[in-house]
Amino acid sequence: MTELTAELQNDPRVPEELRNNVFITTLDKIYNWGRKRSVWPMLFGLACCAIEMIATAASRHDLARFGWELMRASPRQADLMIVSGTVTKKMVPQIVRLYNQMPEPRYVIAMGACATAGGPFKEGYNVVSGIDKFIPVDVYITGCPPRPEALLHSFLKLQEKIEKQSLRNVPWYRPGTDDIIPVPMLGPDLVDMRRAEAIRAKAAESQNA
Amino acid sequence: MSQTPTNPPAAKPAAGHGAKAAAPKLAVLTPEMQQLQQHFGEALITPAPFVGVLVNDKRRLVDVARYLRDELKYDSITNLTAVDYIKEGYFEVVYQVQRSTGGEPLTFKARVPRPQGNDLSEPLPSLTAVYAGADFQEREVYDMFGIPFEGHPDLRRILLWEGFYGWPLRKDWHEPYYEGDTKPFESRWPGGDHKLAEERVPWEDNVNYPPGFDPLSFVANPDAGLYDSMMHGVRVVQSDGSALTTQQNGTATAAAERNGGAATALDELQTDQIIVNMGPQHPSTHGVLRMVVKLDGETVTDLKLALGYLHRNHEKIGERNTWLHNIPYTDRLDYICGLANEWGYVLTVEKMMGIKPTERAEYLRVLMAELTRIQSHFWAIGFLLNDLGAFYTPALYFITERDLILDLFESVTGSRLMCNYFRFGGVARDLTEAQLAHAKELAFERIPRKIDELEALLTDNEIVRARTIGVGYLPADRSINYSLTGPCIRAAGVPYDIRRVDPYGIYDRFDFDIPVLYGADVYDRYRVRVMEMRQSLRIVQQCLKQMEDTRWGDIQAGKKAYNHRVPAGQAYGRVETPKGELGFYLVSDGGQNAYRYHVRSSSFINLNSLKEMVVGHKVADAVVILGSLDIVLGEVDR
Repeated sequence: MTELTAELQNDPRVPEELRNNVFITTLDKIYNWGRKRSVWPMLFGLACCAIEMIATAASRHDLARFGWELMRASPRQADLMIVSGTVTKKMVPQIVRLYNQMPEPRYVIAMGACATAGGPFKEGYNVVSGIDKFIPVDVYITGCPPRPEALLHSFLKLQEKIEKQSLRNVPWYRPGTDDIIPVPMLGPDLVDMRRAEAIRAKAAESQNA
Repeated sequence: MSQTPTNPPAAKPAAGHGAKAAAPKLAVLTPEMQQLQQHFGEALITPAPFVGVLVNDKRRLVDVARYLRDELKYDSITNLTAVDYIKEGYFEVVYQVQRSTGGEPLTFKARVPRPQGNDLSEPLPSLTAVYAGADFQEREVYDMFGIPFEGHPDLRRILLWEGFYGWPLRKDWHEPYYEGDTKPFESRWPGGDHKLAEERVPWEDNVNYPPGFDPLSFVANPDAGLYDSMMHGVRVVQSDGSALTTQQNGTATAAAERNGGAATALDELQTDQIIVNMGPQHPSTHGVLRMVVKLDGETVTDLKLALGYLHRNHEKIGERNTWLHNIPYTDRLDYICGLANEWGYVLTVEKMMGIKPTERAEYLRVLMAELTRIQSHFWAIGFLLNDLGAFYTPALYFITERDLILDLFESVTGSRLMCNYFRFGGVARDLTEAQLAHAKELAFERIPRKIDELEALLTDNEIVRARTIGVGYLPADRSINYSLTGPCIRAAGVPYDIRRVDPYGIYDRFDFDIPVLYGADVYDRYRVRVMEMRQSLRIVQQCLKQMEDTRWGDIQAGKKAYNHRVPAGQAYGRVETPKGELGFYLVSDGGQNAYRYHVRSSSFINLNSLKEMVVGHKVADAVVILGSLDIVLGEVDR
């Protein structure tokens, strides 16, 4: 790429005044370069981790250095959901709904032990054992809560991931990949509607037993 | 590592509670309790085991409460919870009332027989007519134990949703990942069977369904009853989207009544009242709170709260944990000020064990708790400004200062937020010379200067004053009746601070004031917080000086232990956290675990009064009033 650029800069057919202003790169590179430096996270906090998320956005850790500071309160304007805290059964329908409302390309960071796997509250009757049971997660961070540096690290990891994506095979430009996740239902307990048939079969079995 | 406990998992008899409680010690009656007994007769009022009195006829509960409030001047209910005595076959509902002038709370209890299976128990009369602060707490008891309260204005589930299967805090109700009644669980022991919880349970997930449950035909209505009392004068859009029905057009009549019957042309305009759900995902509800507001134009005419979006089963998990296990969990209650919460729990357990921390540890506790108060108030004021519309910029200045205090916490305890620093009889670590120097720099140089700066920018700021003075007014008598605590009640002219009215630790050694203002509005709540930060600084400064006379490293009374045995008994301990009164009601059966672990959280109970503060104001002010209460959802929902 740099050779191409250098060649172009020496090409007599290019007017003199444009020679230092022309760069050549691949579409993937320039597309991802732009995307990875302007990810807009959703202004969305769940629990303790949200406090560290706010600290990350504040002066000392300064999320703005990465071009990520523009937190949007509306999911329709956001690219990234940071699941910052314990996901409860009562909250998970809202989280799935928010995720469905986010436009593609969208990313999810599971921040901390609770969002990753339930954390210290895993055994609780109202706690979901990790948000990845419902929505796909791109980066997981350990910690309870993770330090702001750990959150920054996860952003860098996500940038790496974005960098590696190619327009040729990203799912959101392909037909038939409209992955709306069915919103879970609050019945006698949380019901994952994707498993509804299996749950019905099993519940009928336990009734007959 | 030395973290591995040496003794094998306790082969604890499941009936540990019943075996020890054969002849429980009866409470010694205080003069007030004797007065109560004289008034109602010895048949009705008898001493209860360990703490308080028993009201033997539940039909007289309201009379007892009214007598306590009107004659004995116990003017607010501080704590209301229940205990499931499964062996004895009854639920005991525990009421604790207090005087706003100070002193220990008075406890009275009532019993209802345990029902079979998942049935509701017999009802108890609701005390909401006597103590408005009982509202949310009775709903919580209903939600967790299935004890209905007759006469409660809005008895619905509060932390879980309508239709949830079972009553979680009953001892015979098991969570889906149930492994045993008490920790340590067999599977987690070295050499145990390490399986993922998901692999162990029948549904392969943290769920449980009743037999024959059919999700495909089930009609869920988790919000059942939420809007019922708010529907007057609201237009309803049918679910097919097209049909609009006006249920009852109350708007025009309401407006005419306001003007003394003389409706002007403007009042005759057909306006709709609308119901707006703010939250649980909303930038200014301080977490996952959901406010349902009914609006007439921009004016809030009704408000209801839907809680529980961060209900992470603190109490159920707390009853499985060993006594020591619970300390890091308390950090996660009010996650802004973890160190203050730990003190409340540790204090209560120490009360039951009858131990006292060492001198040095007492000073370290005060130092950490007061620094916590300062950083919490920095945060609260920063985000109050956020709610006023000064989005994020002022908060950045306060978060910077807060980070400096968190640096000290981190270097001493190893964590910025979840410090896990307090121990029974002491604290975990002492401060090194460098850390003490850091604390001194903060207490004598940096923070006083920054508080002055904060005041110079805000206190006389025209916009702050215009937006906050007179907003969210709640007079002192209503505040007391709503069991409001913390800076909010002190801004209403009630000098109620646990550090003075029911002293704990070594606060009697310091020279400090309890700031009180009389405006009872958002502005005075802000000013009380600023004044409290100055008073906390005074305490920290005196503490750092007095500490020099204590022996370095002498931070633990007795021996360090993993398994604490707490004698059978009950205790209620409380501390003044930055948000208000944080209490722990603990019942021990003499084992390694709490038999009942209840958290009386100030954020939760302070929310009782939100409706009365907000109604009549604009919706933008509702956000500010909520900000002035300074709630933390971890503590609201637990």
